[in-house]
Amino acid sequence: MSRHIAGGTAVSAPTGRRIFILRDPHRCSGCRLCEVACSLHHEGTVFPEASRIRVIELIPGIDVPHLCAKCPDYPCLKACQREGYNAIRVDEATGAPIVDADKCTGCGACIRACPGKVPRLHPVTRKALICDLCGGDPACVKACRDAGYNALIAVPETDRDLFELYSVMPQFLVERLKETYYGEHGGEM
Amino acid sequence: MAYGYAGRILEVDLSREKTRLVELDDEVLEAFIGGRGLGAYLLMREFHGEWEGLDPLSPRNPLYFLTGPLTGYYPGVKLLVTAKSPQSNGIVGSVLSSEVAIELRAAGLDGLVVRGAAKSPVYVYVENGEAEIRDAEHLWGLGGRETFRRLRDELYRELLSRHLNRDGLPREPAFVYIGPAGENRVRTAAVMAKWVHAAGYGGYGAVMGSKNLKAVAVRGTGPMPRAKWPGWVRMLIQAAWEKLNGNTLTKYWGTGLGAYMVAARTSSEPVRNWREEWHRNRNLAPQAFEAHWVKRYWGDYGCPSTCMKVSFLRNGRYAGSATDAPDYELQAYLGPNLGVFEPRAVIHLSYLADELGLCGIQTGNVMGFAAELYERGVLTREDLGGLELKWGDADAFARLMEMIARREGIGDLLAEGVYRAARRISEWKGVDVSDCAVHVKGIGVGAHGVRSGKDFPAYSYPVGVQGGDHTSAPRLPVTKMWGEHWATFVDSAVICAFNADDKLPFEFLKAITGWDVDMERWAREHAKRILAVQRLALLLGGPDAYWDPRRDDDLPKRFYEPLPSGPFKGKAPRREEVEEKRLEYYGEVGWDRLGVPSDETLEELGLGWLRGAAERVRRRLGG
Repeated sequence: MSRHIAGGTAVSAPTGRRIFILRDPHRCSGCRLCEVACSLHHEGTVFPEASRIRVIELIPGIDVPHLCAKCPDYPCLKACQREGYNAIRVDEATGAPIVDADKCTGCGACIRACPGKVPRLHPVTRKALICDLCGGDPACVKACRDAGYNALIAVPETDRDLFELYSVMPQFLVERLKETYYGEHGGEM
Repeated sequence: MAYGYAGRILEVDLSREKTRLVELDDEVLEAFIGGRGLGAYLLMREFHGEWEGLDPLSPRNPLYFLTGPLTGYYPGVKLLVTAKSPQSNGIVGSVLSSEVAIELRAAGLDGLVVRGAAKSPVYVYVENGEAEIRDAEHLWGLGGRETFRRLRDELYRELLSRHLNRDGLPREPAFVYIGPAGENRVRTAAVMAKWVHAAGYGGYGAVMGSKNLKAVAVRGTGPMPRAKWPGWVRMLIQAAWEKLNGNTLTKYWGTGLGAYMVAARTSSEPVRNWREEWHRNRNLAPQAFEAHWVKRYWGDYGCPSTCMKVSFLRNGRYAGSATDAPDYELQAYLGPNLGVFEPRAVIHLSYLADELGLCGIQTGNVMGFAAELYERGVLTREDLGGLELKWGDADAFARLMEMIARREGIGDLLAEGVYRAARRISEWKGVDVSDCAVHVKGIGVGAHGVRSGKDFPAYSYPVGVQGGDHTSAPRLPVTKMWGEHWATFVDSAVICAFNADDKLPFEFLKAITGWDVDMERWAREHAKRILAVQRLALLLGGPDAYWDPRRDDDLPKRFYEPLPSGPFKGKAPRREEVEEKRLEYYGEVGWDRLGVPSDETLEELGLGWLRGAAERVRRRLGG
């Protein structure tokens, strides 16, 4: 599995394809196997706060997967550049924004610039965490697929203008989902 | 410090408004592992000299929220709640699904203990080893859904303002809470989470209420405590996922196929207060329940099984009712046990139990008991405040549930649970109604009968240290899965029993802690030790109830009445068989003929300090 190489050139995806992770709240069970798989892959242990993907469950039964949508204009990267740190660059093989831990100061500019507030700071290292697509073969997608939910599906990256709309605050979706699930009673939830 | 543990619990004293960290010894952890075992040890270590005088609903009863070394690692999360039980007067390890357990581990804590009582309603907020006692006046009196909404909103607003622009979007807050039933110290009240999750057995919702404690919220930002062999743990997690991913029917229906199957096949489902245990009502098919699900697969953190399902009734008289599935226990106890055979009505009653913060098992049990007494004319319409409590009348039972939760009229008496209510009604009416009280040592029996011989063994409930708790019923040989020895393991490792088998979790234990224990050794040492502690607490009992094994290590009287219907019509266990197996079981666990852990057993298990307690029990029993 290729990982970020500090200061180096683009890392290559083993599968050699550019993918996007579709996320379906209707199929999401809230089981967070994706989070466990992510933290096992990146942190070597179960570490909920350090998962790059997150499922937000503000209302019981309404589960919204939340992760980087690879906006074509990379507002996170631009914000980091504006701050003069240049700690984020794009993996040419996968299109994922890659954080250079050596350069990241934990200033949070990337978080504030992100329309979906997806990046987070690692609770221990205080470096920005953004999904790196595991170099092209994401552990979260595999865990979700193997469990039979397919709430996360890796697809070829075809319509980035459309996919970037996934960079959204979970609440935006929860407001609609609660109506679908719980009708007029959703308002009390 | 031991691998797999934080090695400390946080103590919050509501009377003194003080908090402190309490270190746990490695030897204690190795001997009792966590959760149920650790809780039983801590409770008895502190109170073994004066257990009988400790009132479960007094400020002195400490309330523990505990995790175990496997919590967060093994797929499926559970939180263990324990204290002196206001139902059995012993110690019940009661579990519910709640991310609070994961948060505690991530906060660098093995658990939390709440002592004392607050002067006015409060909730406790824990973040990474620090606790705050916060005002909860505005939450007191609210039902489950409203409590959840308000507390979530206020905590999430706070988290967002603190974190969103600094270190990113916080996870949703995790908390457990009580409904009106717990506030009113109803002995069948549960500790609740996320609308539908309940730690029901034990009655710890009432203990929270007695402390003026509305909720406990926990946030932790660290990893799970360090494992001895992390690489092996990673491999084991993959192995567990592969195994659990294949359990198609568990995932598909959860336990929701039970309402039909447990009645039609094994004939062991409570029907009209256990007068029958059989039906073939095709209305109670999983297909009928699932037709009301708005979500088929629902799970908490790290669980591939997702046995929970969300039912929701959009229209009609029960519009707005939302609950989990219901699972088999609530299908049975709020369905056929009350003569209710309409899934919509069962969903509504299950929702109401959640909303009021009641244990659906214990409350369904006491309501069935009341309905039988109404039918027999012991309880009159006037006694019931004008209610006609007829089998199958879901609206009447809904009303009665409200009365119980709010301790209105007859509800005040029924709120004491079936054992105490039967005692009081017998005195009040001058007739013995104990034959309709289906409990073992103060705890209503789970929805699995023994009479057909096809479900739970007849000797199981009588000798269990958690009374009628179906999740902790002994089996012989004691190494059998689903027996009480095995239950002490899942409840002490604090994982979900439905995800566990008799091998994989022990491998996790070794990889995480380095301790080499298999089911055989567990049964011989750990389980025996934990059961001895719980058994002594149960037999010490008090202050309002004491058990005598010669009388109380037995089935409810009803279970000796021959089954009146179904394929096993006429069947009932033989008393001699129960008696024989009871003594065999005592032998297996090292209890004497009175059912008291022997001095030899106590010494062998490192429990010599409990010899005085055992002696007090023997003296009381005249042995």
